[in-house]
Amino acid sequence: MTGKILSSGLFAGLAGGLFAALLQFTFIVPLIAEGELYEDGTRVHFTEIGAQSDAGAPSLVSIMTEDPTRHLGTLAFDFVSFTAFAMFLVAGFAIAEKRGHRIDAGRGLLWGIAGFVAVHLAPAFSLPPELPGMIAAPLQDRQLWWVGTVLATAAALGLFAYGRSALLAGLGIVLIAAPHIVGAPHYDQYFGQTPPELSSLFVARSLGVGAMAWSVLGLMAGALWARR
Amino acid sequence: MTKTIAIARANTDILGIAAALFLGAALLFVAGFAQAAGAHDVAHDQRHAIGFPCH
Repeated sequence: MTGKILSSGLFAGLAGGLFAALLQFTFIVPLIAEGELYEDGTRVHFTEIGAQSDAGAPSLVSIMTEDPTRHLGTLAFDFVSFTAFAMFLVAGFAIAEKRGHRIDAGRGLLWGIAGFVAVHLAPAFSLPPELPGMIAAPLQDRQLWWVGTVLATAAALGLFAYGRSALLAGLGIVLIAAPHIVGAPHYDQYFGQTPPELSSLFVARSLGVGAMAWSVLGLMAGALWARR
Repeated sequence: MTKTIAIARANTDILGIAAALFLGAALLFVAGFAQAAGAHDVAHDQRHAIGFPCH
């Protein structure tokens, strides 16, 4: 069982991480580099005479020319992040199977979508993904809120899917709502220096890529789990 | 005899689940949370992309 858990987690994580990295390179990394142009003052959007600046993201090649190992780091840490996510998924598979639920590729896909909701969508609901340069509340406060939100949402989704009583479903509703009623750490002022168009595209892309990568991760994890 | 095997199997199951959870938490800490300058810089783009709180 231990071997099955760790090997299916590892291989699903590598596949999910590779897919996530390809999507990030295509759709997100150029936007991060564009955000950095506003962070370091190369471009200025909000001035005394109004708000206007040139649009256009640096290419992947030009980013690499400036920092040759940057994309390698992104790829490597996508493997690390998605292997971590995969380990949580397969630990969940093992617990579900011990309780008599069968896991296959289709079921894995549902788990993956739930993972996306817990790890990307729920935190973003109150603490949207941040472009570089965004001024935000103290880091540790946000990290703590992020972890609490992910755990509460994952527990809630587990209760919705496998809890077999109205009371447990009610507890799930409380858990999924609580982080947003408590509220994420935010300052009581806006500091944004990047164009709203760029920030909103970045957030939408971050969530979209998360959804796609987690779907592949869940599908792979479920398929590998069922095969062995 | 069967009972002993069943208990032994349940124990290794729990060990495997615990190992996966521990490994997942450790990897997630390195990829998303560790603030050592080296870890932060190399992991930078994927942290922003995934939506981990960064900076």
